[in-house]
Amino acid sequence: MPSFMSTVRSSVGKKFLMAITGLAMIVFLIEHLTGNFLLLQPNPEPYNKYAHFLLSFGWLLIVAELILVAFLVIHMISGISVFLKKRQARPVGYHVTGSAGKPSKKSFASTTMIYTGIVIFIFLAIHLKTFKYGPYYETTVDGVVMRDLYRLVNEVFSDPLYVGGYVVAMILLGFHLRHGFWSAFQSLGLNHPRYMPIIYGLGVLIAIVLAVGFLGIPVWIYLREVVL
Amino acid sequence: MKKMTLHLRIWRQKDANSPGKLVSYTLNDVTPEMSFLEMLDVLNEHLIAKGEEPVEFDNDCREGICGMCSLVINGIPHGPEHATATCQLHMRHFKDGDTITIEPFRAKPFPVVKDLVVDRSAFDRILAAGGYISVNAGSAPDANTIPIPKEIADEAMDAAACIGCGACVAACPNASASLFVSAKISQLALLPQGQPERKRRALRMIEQMDKEGFGDCSNHAECEAVCPKEISIVHIARMRREYMRAMFC
Ligand code: HEM
Repeated sequence: MPSFMSTVRSSVGKKFLMAITGLAMIVFLIEHLTGNFLLLQPNPEPYNKYAHFLLSFGWLLIVAELILVAFLVIHMISGISVFLKKRQARPVGYHVTGSAGKPSKKSFASTTMIYTGIVIFIFLAIHLKTFKYGPYYETTVDGVVMRDLYRLVNEVFSDPLYVGGYVVAMILLGFHLRHGFWSAFQSLGLNHPRYMPIIYGLGVLIAIVLAVGFLGIPVWIYLREVVL
Repeated sequence: MKKMTLHLRIWRQKDANSPGKLVSYTLNDVTPEMSFLEMLDVLNEHLIAKGEEPVEFDNDCREGICGMCSLVINGIPHGPEHATATCQLHMRHFKDGDTITIEPFRAKPFPVVKDLVVDRSAFDRILAAGGYISVNAGSAPDANTIPIPKEIADEAMDAAACIGCGACVAACPNASASLFVSAKISQLALLPQGQPERKRRALRMIEQMDKEGFGDCSNHAECEAVCPKEISIVHIARMRREYMRAMFC
């Protein structure tokens, strides 16, 4: 019987971890996007109250954040490992490469996972520094003093360079999820000929909704604050 | 008879330790009804007549069932025809004046022996690690003494169609052997005869696959598209379930 660690490092175990952590991060992204739609309102209060409500979870929130960070780290280590192993496994490449077409799912998205992943990581680092660890403005809503995140978001998204960066990063996130979503099911062993086409299609939908949703918010705010 | 002229770019490599390179040949007497390997036979006859070394390539039954033939033709293992091994590919699928690039299957665990011949014994070692069943010696059991539902028998037969050619590895951007290994694990996990070693088999074959130096599977599914027997990646999903079952159940 192999040890737990050798299971995790095996080609199958590694992808199992990638899939679970990847899907968990997708669930987080869906929650994150839903809450952030409050930013589309011209009234700052609902968004600030929502952010304050999340912070009121205290240590529970910190535990959730630590789990997310741990998942991201596990996901990245496995992803980098897949990439390094693939380079070792074919030291001499082909002069001509192609695809045999259907039912192959090899695509721009599937062959660029490591690069779109690295861009997502760089984006995340900047994103957290700008907002979570960014300037602390205060406001009072219904007599409660809380952080004015709405103001910070408006300021940041008035910079066209920042908005442009967001748009690019989110499009790449969309590509990551276009292959990632269905691939996670396959990695978990969940492939049924009847349901897989639905999951594959759902991947496109999730990729588009999350990418357009997350790039739509900064674009909307830029238009509202600067252009109009 | 109509003759075609083809421009071939073929990987020539003296032995495992020498560097290889693509060498160009022009062949004027190709007919559409030749198989791809017969076309290479004609090339070799010309080379031998000129006193040059013929191009080495693997082949045996030339009926698409033995799994010996290989070749990456214009970037696709077994060439452009779906569900067709190189030996069953015919020159009518190419046009007069075409340039065809022919390379060996590429993967670290498939070292080139000479020209287009690669050593695929890594597959044999994976099979030896667990791709077998226990049988009681003695007289053969009567037919149909072990009932197997039709759907299960069909699914096992689909997996058993694997001829072990290695095109899945050659086509995989990661050089993963997952399709081959999953076909073997799947076939035996589905049938009653495979049950005694079911868990051990999944663990050992996957361990051996990783040890041989194949890459991890990124679910590109390019393997399924080039497989001459159209083995589905559904078997890779089953292999993963088998592995987890063996670990945790
Ligand atoms: C919001 C963050 C992210 C989400 C939601 C996400 C989601 C996913 C999902 C669902 C998969 C499919 C897993 C599978 O095939 O089993 C995947 C694969 C992958 N992810 Fe991410 N990912 C994220 C961030 C990252 C980051 C930061 C990296 C950086 C290295 C990365 C690298 C990869 C790679 C390389 C793969 C492909 C693995 C393979 O080829 O087998 N991802 N991702």
